[in-house]
Amino acid sequence: MKLQTQTMLALYSIVEAAAHPDKQIAAAEIAEKYGVSAHHLSKVLRMLGRAGFLDSSRGVGGGYRFAANSRRLTLMDVIDCFEDIGMHAPRAGETQTDVGRAIGVVLSEVDAIAEATFRSITVDTLLRIVEKDRLHAVTKRPSS
Amino acid sequence: MTEPEAKRPSKIPGANAKGFAVSDVLIRPVKPADIGGVIAIDTEATGIESAEYWHELLGHYGSKRQQRFFLVAEVGGVINGFIIGEVRNWEFGARSCGWIFGMGVSSNNRLHGIGSELLRALFECFKRAGVEKVRTIAGRNNSLMLSFFRSQGMMAAPVIPLECDLP
Repeated sequence: MKLQTQTMLALYSIVEAAAHPDKQIAAAEIAEKYGVSAHHLSKVLRMLGRAGFLDSSRGVGGGYRFAANSRRLTLMDVIDCFEDIGMHAPRAGETQTDVGRAIGVVLSEVDAIAEATFRSITVDTLLRIVEKDRLHAVTKRPSS
Repeated sequence: MTEPEAKRPSKIPGANAKGFAVSDVLIRPVKPADIGGVIAIDTEATGIESAEYWHELLGHYGSKRQQRFFLVAEVGGVINGFIIGEVRNWEFGARSCGWIFGMGVSSNNRLHGIGSELLRALFECFKRAGVEKVRTIAGRNNSLMLSFFRSQGMMAAPVIPLECDLP
């Protein structure tokens, strides 16, 4: 499963903002953390703002603030703003032949499972996975 | 399986629209007198009243057995939720695990922690029974139920359910 770059940036941004709901986060801050251009990220953040997931404010100390309900907003809600992973688009030869159609059935099954997974994970749940992973990393770190 | 969470939370932390806190929720084994409340919750969620099925389940899971658990959530004498599970000597050579196959919370009391409390209590029963893993199954389109279990830390299992129409 591979998501487009801008979709991944959107997920990073949403999770960063939801992790600090009382804080305005600057685009540059997220861009630096994930090693991407602030210009590219700005477009993604504007899209998330238009979707109502982030509030933005300009000027000194401005930035983006999480504006959704993290227990309700799913990863699929965010992904839906950037790409259509639910509908498997037939490739060349897929609809004209028996084999092509059969492979299409399998690919559609994979898409449906992927969509159900993204739709079942809220931002709040993802934050818990992040926290669990962080604690796991700390407990596994060898003591000096 | 009945969906446990569907409404927005009350603005007062720890209290619901009817003014009870999570600490007021009593989780205990089902009694025969509770079955009407359980049927009402299930009927509300599924739209199908299957009293016979629930009385049968009460017979199978309501008595004290070490590997079968039927718990209810009671608030002020009213049944607001239930959960049913059992330890299964898992098929196809895998180790025994806890299996959740029924759960429900009354729709006007969702998102107040009743589902989480029921699940926590069932996990304790499973631990005492000696298993280390819990599994369940939910419809691919049942986002609410899947989201609830995900929020409790459950992840996709290394098994894929399969089906076919009988020829």
